[in-house]
Amino acid sequence: MMVAVASGKGGTGKTTIATNLAVTLARRGEQVAYLDCDVEEPNGHIFLKPSITSSASVGVPVPKVDASKCTGCGKCGKICRYSAIVCINKKVLTFPELCHGCGGCMLVCPEDAISEVPREVGVIEEGMADGVGFAHGLLRVGEAMSPPLIREVKRRIPMGGIAIVDAPPGTSCPVIEAVKGADFVLLVTEPTPFGLNDLELAVGMVRELELPMGVVINRADVGDGRVKEYCARENIELVAEIRDDRKIAEAYSRGEMVVDIAGEWEELFKELFQRISRSVGGASSA
Amino acid sequence: MRELVVISGKGGTGKTSIVASFAAMDGKKVLADCDVDAADLHLVLEPTVRSSEAFYGGNEAVIRTEDCVGCGECEARCRFDAVRVGRNQAGDTTYSIDPVACEGCGVCVHVCPVDAIDFPRKKNGDWFISDTRHGPMVHAKLGIAEENSGKLVTLVRNQAKQIAKEQGASLIVVDGAPGIGCPVIASITGADLVLVVTEPTMSGLHDLERVVALAHHFSIKTVVCINKFDLNEEMTAAIERRSAEVGAQVIGRVHYDVAVTKAQLEKKSIVEYCHTGTTREIEDMWSRLHEMLCVEAEASE
Repeated sequence: MMVAVASGKGGTGKTTIATNLAVTLARRGEQVAYLDCDVEEPNGHIFLKPSITSSASVGVPVPKVDASKCTGCGKCGKICRYSAIVCINKKVLTFPELCHGCGGCMLVCPEDAISEVPREVGVIEEGMADGVGFAHGLLRVGEAMSPPLIREVKRRIPMGGIAIVDAPPGTSCPVIEAVKGADFVLLVTEPTPFGLNDLELAVGMVRELELPMGVVINRADVGDGRVKEYCARENIELVAEIRDDRKIAEAYSRGEMVVDIAGEWEELFKELFQRISRSVGGASSA
Repeated sequence: MRELVVISGKGGTGKTSIVASFAAMDGKKVLADCDVDAADLHLVLEPTVRSSEAFYGGNEAVIRTEDCVGCGECEARCRFDAVRVGRNQAGDTTYSIDPVACEGCGVCVHVCPVDAIDFPRKKNGDWFISDTRHGPMVHAKLGIAEENSGKLVTLVRNQAKQIAKEQGASLIVVDGAPGIGCPVIASITGADLVLVVTEPTMSGLHDLERVVALAHHFSIKTVVCINKFDLNEEMTAAIERRSAEVGAQVIGRVHYDVAVTKAQLEKKSIVEYCHTGTTREIEDMWSRLHEMLCVEAEASE
């Protein structure tokens, strides 16, 4: 079963919830993996402190032009939608950082002058953290495209067991890549106007993907009741409400797990997972 | 004309709340909300939209089912898993394009042997020029599950620059997106000053390093504000040390204050809501930024 933890608004508590959920499940003997798909700014490792056992470079295929074969016909430049390969005065120039790796230029070249070489977009690291299988992607600083790296992180989802996917904030292509294929999407929000606005956008995104979802209201006693009212109106399951707790904020700031503060928190995460399981149809129980 | 871009690396550190306060400060400025994915600045600034335009970032492939001969070439060539394979009532294999997965590369359009694939432009969102109580604002809304956020961000910034020129405003303040990916890169390239708003947490520190590295990769002068600094003074000190090491001066420290949320509920920035130690910290930071931006202007003239 794959549970994706997403939000819309940044800083609502996705990583806190995803890591603490993973550890709670592992402590109860479940086979669980945590996949950090916020490849731009991954933070799960700060809390889970995994031992990294493998590291691999991830690349996207970008064109390499053999100048000796190139006739300057310009067909490559014409098919490219990203200005990643252009032909000016019968000379071909490539801008690999703009390339989406579609293979179009290589396909249309009548002289077979284009081959593909990998451009590194980032690295994937895998390991274990206290019984939780761990994988994250680290996007190379300066790289614009995260979806290819996110796709690779998700390829590390093991067969069987529970996979918790920690998504980036927002609602556009990197989030879609992280969330698609999930059995359940947990949307984490805060009860403020910004939280509500971004939750509505996130709900729209999950509906577009036609996936089951539920909401967690974090820091539930700040702000007002409009998020709760919105969930009720839209018939969206409110899976949990977590009160604002300075101890959680302080533990978080030190890179510590919430479930290590007090037993009540492990109970909360166990409950949370049971509610998700019930929604998905009892695939697993904690 | 100077451009200040406010980013964070980590989400939820307070970029938009701080930009809303900057908007309320003296001086003619143009605001640009470049968090096109999940824009929030309008919730405080209550813009009156003067013009609204559709944004077309690229194209999308659409198969004309009636002309499709079911050869499967599109599926074989698509690098993005965007071709959906199905069966119709007669039992034939059918092909259609998943609009969410389609990246608009045009390869399927090219390889289709019977030209059964259309390639219309795709509307990715809308952008707006508005008036607010603090001056003009350019903002946008990327459509749900849409792409080309970088292009939309660039458009918003260019429009803001245009308006600043027309109205004689000397400053553009940009509210950026979290992360370090394409919308953030599109927000900062060519900016005069980047302000990173961070928080005193391990996550904040980790993300600060990456976002400062990004700004320096593009050779942009970068300064830091530690928001909610009193939540962990040890981490605040650690961030100050690290910022100095990476060449990003800390120019502001703002207390954690529940008044920020109370103000947001009333559609105000905190500096419009109350006058406290917290608001003075934001005002002091603004003065420092203003000085830096003017100094930059003098240095280049």
